[in-house]
Parts: sequence; C-alpha cells; structure tokens
Amino acid sequence: MQNDISSFQLSNGLQVLLKEIHTVPIVSQWTWYRVGSRNEKAGIRGISHWVEHLQFKGTEKFPGEKLDQVISRVGGIWNAMTHLDWTTYYETLPANQIDLALDLEADRMQHSVFDEDEINAERTVVISELEGNENDPLFRLNSAIQSKAFQFHPYSHDVIGTLEDLQHMTRDQLFRYYQDHYNPDNAILCIAGDFNITEVTAKIERYFSSIPPRSISEENIPVEPDQTNENYLEIKGPGDALYIQIAYHASQANHRDFFTLSVLDSLLAGPSPLVMFGGGGISNRTSRLYQALVEKDIVVSVSGDVQATIDPFLHTFILTLNPTADPHKALQAFDKEIEKIKQEKITRQDIDRAIQQAEAMFAYGSENITNQAFWMGYSSIFASYDWYENYIQNLRSITDTDIQTFAQKHFAFHNRTIGIYFPTQEEDHDAIQ
Amino acid sequence: MMQSNNTNFQNHFPNASTIRRFQLGNGITVLAYSNMHSKSLTVIGMLATGSAWDQAGKLGTAHFTASMLMRGNEKMTFREISDRLESVGASLSFSAGTLNTWFQGRSLVKDFPMLLALLYDNLTSPIFPQEYITRLRNQLITSLLIRDQDTQERAALEFDKVLFKSHPYALPVDGYAETIANIQRHDLTKHHSMYHPHNAVIAVSGALPLQDIESMIKGQFDQWAPKKESVNPVSTGFEAIIEETRSHIPIEGKSQSDIQMGTFGPSRASADYYAAYLGNHVLGQFGLYGRIGRSVRNKAGLAYYAFSSLNALPEIGSWEFNAGVNPVNVEKTITLIKDEIRHYLEEPLQEDELEDSKSHLIGRLPMSLESNAGIANALLSIERFHLGLDYFQNYASLISSITPAQILEASRRYLDPEKLIIISAGVEK
Repeated sequence: MQNDISSFQLSNGLQVLLKEIHTVPIVSQWTWYRVGSRNEKAGIRGISHWVEHLQFKGTEKFPGEKLDQVISRVGGIWNAMTHLDWTTYYETLPANQIDLALDLEADRMQHSVFDEDEINAERTVVISELEGNENDPLFRLNSAIQSKAFQFHPYSHDVIGTLEDLQHMTRDQLFRYYQDHYNPDNAILCIAGDFNITEVTAKIERYFSSIPPRSISEENIPVEPDQTNENYLEIKGPGDALYIQIAYHASQANHRDFFTLSVLDSLLAGPSPLVMFGGGGISNRTSRLYQALVEKDIVVSVSGDVQATIDPFLHTFILTLNPTADPHKALQAFDKEIEKIKQEKITRQDIDRAIQQAEAMFAYGSENITNQAFWMGYSSIFASYDWYENYIQNLRSITDTDIQTFAQKHFAFHNRTIGIYFPTQEEDHDAIQ
Repeated sequence: MMQSNNTNFQNHFPNASTIRRFQLGNGITVLAYSNMHSKSLTVIGMLATGSAWDQAGKLGTAHFTASMLMRGNEKMTFREISDRLESVGASLSFSAGTLNTWFQGRSLVKDFPMLLALLYDNLTSPIFPQEYITRLRNQLITSLLIRDQDTQERAALEFDKVLFKSHPYALPVDGYAETIANIQRHDLTKHHSMYHPHNAVIAVSGALPLQDIESMIKGQFDQWAPKKESVNPVSTGFEAIIEETRSHIPIEGKSQSDIQMGTFGPSRASADYYAAYLGNHVLGQFGLYGRIGRSVRNKAGLAYYAFSSLNALPEIGSWEFNAGVNPVNVEKTITLIKDEIRHYLEEPLQEDELEDSKSHLIGRLPMSLESNAGIANALLSIERFHLGLDYFQNYASLISSITPAQILEASRRYLDPEKLIIISAGVEK
C-alpha cells in the first residue's frame, strides 16, 4: 500500500485501486475503460458514447429494466461518462451494497446483449442529445475549433459524434467495438469508501478474475503535427451574444509542461476546478484577463480551460461579448495580455497564489467520496495515481523562468485557432468561413 | 478508525444533539454543525427579502442588488474583496429569490474568520459604485439575451407566467433586459435598506468545534443592529386551472425543442407533500426518470431527458413535466406524458414499485450529507421549512409510512391530464 492506496493487478490485466475512507457509510466504485473518441475513426464517430448508452440496456443476468432499478432501489446513484480518452461507469451506494456494484460491472464488462431494437431506440436518444448540444452556440463554436485545430488526430471530433455516423452505424459495429474495448486488460477498477481492503480484494477476485483478457492490438492513433499557421474561423447562428474562442495546442497531462500550463491558465483566467464533484467554485475576478477585459468593459466574461488528456489537446479561452461589441478590439486586448506574460516575468507570489487555490480545491474535493474514487481512475488513464498525489508538489516546482519560457512557445500565433460566433436571427448552419 | 455499521445510517446524520441552534439578539437564527472529517467550512444563509419587493418596471432589482454586494463595501474595493478570497481559494456569492436573498461562502479552516468578516461587511455596508452598476448592468443584460435563446429557460419562464399569473412567482427573479436597463443606483440602495437581520438564517458546517463556530458567528453578526422589518408585499392568491392551456414560444435555428408542462403542486408544508413527493419519484424520477423516462426515452426513444419534478415552495408548489425533443416529436411526447399521468392516476402504485422508490430515497440520504455544502443546505432547509432538528433521524420512518392510497389521493388532488399548462419552445413545426 502506498499513500493509503492499495493498487494491484489481476492476472487478466484488470488494474485495481482501493482507498478506505470511513467518514460516512458509503462506497463509490468507478470502472474505467481506456476508450473514448480518441479511438474512433471516420464512419464511427460517436461510437464510444453510444456504446456507453447501450451498457444500460442490460445483460441476461441484469435485463434492461432491472438494470435501471437495481442500483437505485438500494439508494445508490449511478451514471456513466464518455470523454476523449475514456469511458467510465460509477456507482455510489450504501457500503453494504458493494457486492451489487461489483457483480453488475463484472457482468456488463462481458455480457451486454446489444439488442437490435434497443439499439434503434437508443439511436434516436443519442441523436436527441446531439440536437440538444447543438442548441448551444458554444457547442457549435467548440466543434468547429476542434475540427480546424486537428487535421489528423481524432481529437478533431466531438465525443457525441456526427449525425451522419449516428444515423448509419450498425449493431455489428457497435457490438464489435464493445467486444474490442470492454475487457479487463483495458480497464481500471477504483473503489473508495467505507470498506475493508482485504475483504474487498477477495470480492474483486471472485467477480472479475474469471473474465478472460483480450489482448488489445496497439491502435495506430495519428500524431498531430505542429500547427504552422494561425487558424481563423467564423460561424453565424441564432443567438444574442457574441463568442470568441481562442484555442492553443497544449501539453498532454503526463508532461511537465502541463503543470506549467495549469499555473499559467490560473494566472490568466482563474483556477480551473479539475475536480468533478465538490471542487471548483473559485471566482476569477483577480485574474489578468478578467482585469484587462471585463474590468475594461471590453467583454462581459472570460474563462479558461485546460484538460488532462493522453495526447496533446487544447488550452482554450472563451470570451463572451455583447452582440454589438467589436470582437477584434477584444482580440487585440487579449493579445496584449498574452504578450505581457511572454515578455515580463511573473512573481513567486503569483505562482504561490495559484498553488494555494489548487490546494483549497483539492481540500473541497476530498470531502466527497465519489470524487476521491473518480481521481484514482481519472489520473490512471493519462498517468498514474501519483500524478494526483504529486500535483501540488509539481506546481510548487514551477519557476518564473519556466512560465516565461513556456509562454513564449505556447502562445505563438501559429499554435492557435481563433473562432468567432456571430449571432444572427437568420439561421446559417453552413456559414463557417 | 470508525467501524462500519451500514445498518444504522442514522447514527451518522446531524441530529438534535449534534446540531447547535441558537438565536442572536437581533433575530438571526443560526444552525451549526461540526464536521471534523473535512478541512473546510461552508456558510450559507438567507434574508427575508427578494424580488417580490421589486417595483413595477424594475423587475430584477433584488437580483441586481445581491449581485452588487461583491462590488465594494465601506472597507474594501471590489478588487480587494476578490483578492482576499481568491488568493486563498475561498468563495463568496449572493443571489436573490422571490421571497429571500441568499448567500453562500466556503473557505479552508484558517480563512473562515476572514470569510465571515467579508460576508458581514458585504451584506451590511455595500457602497454600490456607479462604475460597477454600469458594468454589471451590461453583464446582466447580456446574460438575459443568452437566456432568451435557451429553449428550456423560455419554456420554464412562460410556464411560471401562465401558472402563477399575477403572483410574484410568475416573474423571473433576474428580470428582463428592459427592466434591468431601468434600474438606477437609488433603486439598489433602496432595496438594500430592506436587508435586516430579523428572520435571517445562517447555517454553518465544517471543521471547527461547535463552540468556535458559535463564537465566530456571534462575534461577527451580533453587531448587526435590528431594523424595522420591511412589510411583505401584497400577493394575490392563486387561480385554479380550469382547462388545458397550450402555447408555443418560437425560437429560430434550434435543433431541439423543450417542453414544460404541469400544474400546481403541494407546498413544502402541506400535509400531503411526502405522498406527492414519493408519487412523483415513481412517476418521473426513479432510475432513469421513472415511468415517464421508460415511456418517452427508453421505449419511444424520443428524448435524452424526460422527467417530472415537484417544486415545493413555502406557500404553494408546482408539479412539472419536462422533455427535450426533436421539434417534430413535440406533440407525440406531450401525448405520451399525458398518457403516463392518466395511467398514474387510475390506480394505486404497485407495492414493489413504491418500495423501490422508498428504499432509494432513504438510502441516498447519506450521499446528500457528505460535504459541508450538502450539510449546510440541509440545515437551512430544516429551519426554512420547520422540519425539526431530528429530521434526518425521522426521515426513514416518514418515507416508509406513506401508503399507495395516500399517494393516489394526493396526486389526484393536484394532477389532471386534461387541465395542464403545456408550453413548448423551439422552432415552429
């Protein structure tokens, strides 16, 4: 055991992380699969997310309707998420129900039915989810940015996929994808909460050790070459606000530059929550961009985002403007602040401030058992649990020189894509220039 | 190390012997809970004034006033307040509702005195700088323009308007772009003059002993001098719904339409609240949205979300049904939801179906009380709705005692599938 975590691997390759927390009588179990939109190709965009939906449609042992009830009736909450690099399923429930969560996840790791009628009913549900997303101008802008910023890497596409692929994917494609990726040697099982590690280890052996591994062939995921020119795009669509998104190619999470980037983003746009349950909530009103843009009445809000990913993804800023505002004036003011951070060294005090914010967010996040279980798996997807444990320490090691050197490289014009969403009452879906 | 004892969750819940409830001389009621498992504290609370006091043509004044509280007080500028909080990862915010003004703050233990001092200063001595009034007005108007394009928000706004008619619940707390434009500095200071400690409630949960929390709250809030209470605005009553009302809000260029339908529901204090609450859980919450989810999402595949909810307010409530669907499926979805309501009202719930919901509601309680924010919110509800300090101890027996007959009787009192308000928002089809 290391850092109060028990970590081991079953002979079939299932990676397991356990953490006893006895503050309340609940447990949270997360089952992570190393599959997301990163693993998708043309023709099956959105398949990872659709398979996630179908994992709620049942097995012989837990038929659809029963599956829908089995966790809820014991007072549990459960759900699933699909992202760029991963798909994850969680159950948070009374501690004495841990067997149920283990049984269910072991069963649907290998025995999901993928009934044709269920697939067709869920096809329209997923399309409805896509349509709901498309109602949001920021979703449309972000989609266009990703598509422009990545020419080769699958990060070019939204997790939810494309309408055309969702309309045409077959049961065979979905089932094969499930079989290829839902295997113990492609999964991480994480449990935190009120249990005894020895007892739960025996249970995990009982439920999971008989599931055969399925050697996964190394996927040839294209490497995105360095961007060489600044990209610019405009979208027109319904709405009453103007949005600007500026996206720079970023570092992957398992790289020292990621920690430098986290401090930099915190200075510019405020701290990103990084945690999913119970963290966040710190305002960004003293951040440099808020002071330069919002306090000068150039934009009405600004935010930044850094995501921890396996491959280099995007570091994005979103500016929201009054519809009559001048977006180019906002971009000039944005660039002026970026130029400052490239030219002038920041102070140690600035770095310490970002660290204190991160420490506070980690403290808030640790109040929640579900969140603690989340972190064990999430960090293991792109690095290891040490990444989470050492996060603050890694931030502390960042120097003012690191920040400036990184900023000069990162904030190069040729490393970014700018997108502007112009509101109009006349719908023009194809007005991407 | 605490021993696992999963059969007796109640031992872990805040209760009359672990919650400290006391009143200050100026009328503030305080509920405090010591949660030494955490490293932080959360404070939340409410004052007895809100948008119901807004003048005609200036709807949004209470919201605007609350939003201005962070923009400077007699001791500190907006920048200094923000710096004090953000430099240590703390947070503080204010908002308005129809009948109340709310606040919420969070910090690490060492910073809690600073947080309470800021909360007090911002609540009692904001300075409303004109520069920030102009800036915030612009920000609020932009957020309202964004709201105007949101199908779900627009359907909900219209639903409240039709259901509550001339009662303040009919109006959006954040106002409209044109009413926000009308609000001047003197409107904000006038509204702020109605802030008073009498009937205010403060709830705190976190990693300090109870006596420390109590002395810190007293040290900060005892000094707030009581004022004459503001008189409650005159509210009209509620008119019964006599027939189905159907309307559509056209919003061009949207891929998805939103439906909101429903009627009046029980108030939080109603004797039949728990029966309706449980019935609604079976109807539109349990698992993936209950019976409505099974019909609209699972079987028909029409929607990503389709559910029902009870919005229980102090005086009355609403029983609401929501779905987001492709514009061509709006009518079909409305029919399916009405069919489910009809079926729900025909006969008592099956025992096993009801038991599932009961065990879910009882079992999930510990999860809502994990964090300081969850506990503080629960304490505030205990005070707001007079639930009693042993509410969490009694919750299981309260839920367990509800019968199918009680649920049917309560549900029939409120729901009638032929007398619903039905609003859709999105493109015309």
